[in-house]
Amino acid sequence: MEDQIKNEEQVSEKENFNDNLHGENLTDRAKVLSPGMTVLKRFFRSKLSIIGLVTLVLLFLFSFLGPVFTKWGPNEADPNSKTIFTVTSITYEVDGETYTCFEVTLDETNYNILGDISADHIMGTDDSSYDVFTRLMTGGRVSLTIGFVVVILETLLGVLLGGLAGYFGKWVDQLIMRIVDILSCIPSLPIMLILSAVFTALGIVDISRLYYMMIVLTLLGWPSVARLVRGQILSLREQEFMLAAKSSGLSTGKKIFKHLLPNVIPQLIVFMTLGLGSIILYEATLGYLGIGAPTGTATWGNLINYASDATYRNYYPNLWLGAGICITLAILAFNFVGDGLRDAFDPKMKR
Amino acid sequence: MVKYILKRLLLAILILFGVSVIIYFLIRMMPLNYLEQKFADQLAVGTMTQEDFDRILAIYGLDDNSFLGILKGYWSWLTNFLKGDMGVSFQFGREVSVVIKEKMGISFSISLVSLILELLIAIPLGIKCATNQYGKFDYTVTVLCMIAMAFPSFFLGNLFIKWFAVDLGWFETGGLNSSSLPITAGPLEVFGDMIWHLILPILVMVILDIGSLMRYTRTNTLEVLNADYIRTARAKGLSEGKVVYKHVFRNTLIPLITVLASTLPMLFGGAMITETVFDIPGIGQAAYNALKIGDIPLAMGYNMFIAVLTVIGTLLADIMYAVVDPRVKLK
Repeated sequence: MEDQIKNEEQVSEKENFNDNLHGENLTDRAKVLSPGMTVLKRFFRSKLSIIGLVTLVLLFLFSFLGPVFTKWGPNEADPNSKTIFTVTSITYEVDGETYTCFEVTLDETNYNILGDISADHIMGTDDSSYDVFTRLMTGGRVSLTIGFVVVILETLLGVLLGGLAGYFGKWVDQLIMRIVDILSCIPSLPIMLILSAVFTALGIVDISRLYYMMIVLTLLGWPSVARLVRGQILSLREQEFMLAAKSSGLSTGKKIFKHLLPNVIPQLIVFMTLGLGSIILYEATLGYLGIGAPTGTATWGNLINYASDATYRNYYPNLWLGAGICITLAILAFNFVGDGLRDAFDPKMKR
Repeated sequence: MVKYILKRLLLAILILFGVSVIIYFLIRMMPLNYLEQKFADQLAVGTMTQEDFDRILAIYGLDDNSFLGILKGYWSWLTNFLKGDMGVSFQFGREVSVVIKEKMGISFSISLVSLILELLIAIPLGIKCATNQYGKFDYTVTVLCMIAMAFPSFFLGNLFIKWFAVDLGWFETGGLNSSSLPITAGPLEVFGDMIWHLILPILVMVILDIGSLMRYTRTNTLEVLNADYIRTARAKGLSEGKVVYKHVFRNTLIPLITVLASTLPMLFGGAMITETVFDIPGIGQAAYNALKIGDIPLAMGYNMFIAVLTVIGTLLADIMYAVVDPRVKLK
């Protein structure tokens, strides 16, 4: 529910900006814009950023608001029976001539398993006779939420540790950066495969597996944030305004949180936007390999998992095509917005 | 320079040590399904006693799953590893180093071919985009590249298999050689068949990676185009072609060399997902199976192999940067 409200806020915010741009006249232009407004103005000048933002809003509405309007639940089997035709041919020879007989059998299944595309099921039903379209929408909820949670957690951890390393330097820096070096040398996909086996062995197969997955993704993801923040703080620390802050006797906390970190925020926002796309890709990869979210939970990753089975891939593209398109669209949109933000934040960009 | 490299190598040893500790402890937390399954029949029939099985576990250092036991297992793994012995793979029954060497060839060939294709396409595209910045061509190529970059490898791979192999029947769905290939087929025929099978995976890899390379070239070229020496070149009246292909092009390649150095893990380590999707018996697929079934020696060996390649790749990138650009000082 909260997320829905957030979405609507996003939409209305966007409309306001557009109004501002349209209502802009020469006197407005002569006014000095605040840095934040300049960035937003620059952001909305790029067509790709707007396309990305609109796609994201649509994807969010699709995932968070969409399931409200469908008649099926994500884990609700369609109890209508389905008739399956099986044709078997028998060939036999009589008097030197070959005859072929076709036997057609009609089987009734209890549930609408692997149902065709119909008005009732826009994308058909899967092997458990769940509605694919509904699962695609609810799957988006889980996948997008995982993305946001992981990106926020890894940014917090990365800012904290990277900030400490950059600000205090010396052994703190050495210690933290060596950990960062080690973690960034560990191949992440093999680690996820190992941990997935460990989770299964420990009996973590229910929904709590999702939380463990998020923790692992966070632990693997924070080093790049820490590197970014540390590098930025190292260069900022040497600038004059920090000398001013020091000479006016500000406390360490104030120096870090009021003077250093706000200067890193532009890069962080860009990183987080691009990071969201990569986390969604990660969840999808794990799902495809069958080691992600608990089986049965609708996520985009678990839906694309059908593509790994040759039968489903070849004959039931309706099961996985939608999820693949949604994942690609989400990554593309986050990349568009991230790129737009990076250009908007860059003071060197004049156009 | 030498001092810098030595310092970095020492650091690399520390990093690799840390990586091996973390990976070993995580791998030891995995269930030992594979060995148990492998010897379950023999244990049941009685051709092998429980003591024999325990002895096998002891040989691999896997008999004790307490913290101290794992530590001891790690120690024996480490001493063997330093001697160049990575143990015997459970699933292949051969030495890990032999398995890696054997499986690396096909992965390396695929990665190399796709890398060369990527470079041949991405660099001219990037330069053309930069010289026509914000033009129609630039816009189209940039957007297409971003779309290509957004595709997950398994999705694009399966999409291609479904379209080109299943529906249209142009290519094979996977593997290296068709089973229908006659035994009498000559080496040329076998090779042609292999290429036939590898077109789709190479296509997928090229499409996925070309975007970042193209955009990198574009950004670099834009930077070079703004440099003073380009203005000088133009001012002294050189033709636009000469400016772009002689002065810009060569300077654009400098940062690309560092990118090439960092593709090292990908080049030798294989693309795990693409190989799994297309069922290519390369190192990536072998490692994937090893990790899935708990083939500890091969999984350890592969992870260390990748970690070593990553460390060497970053070091090489830094050194290359100083080599091609004399203004950069390593310290």
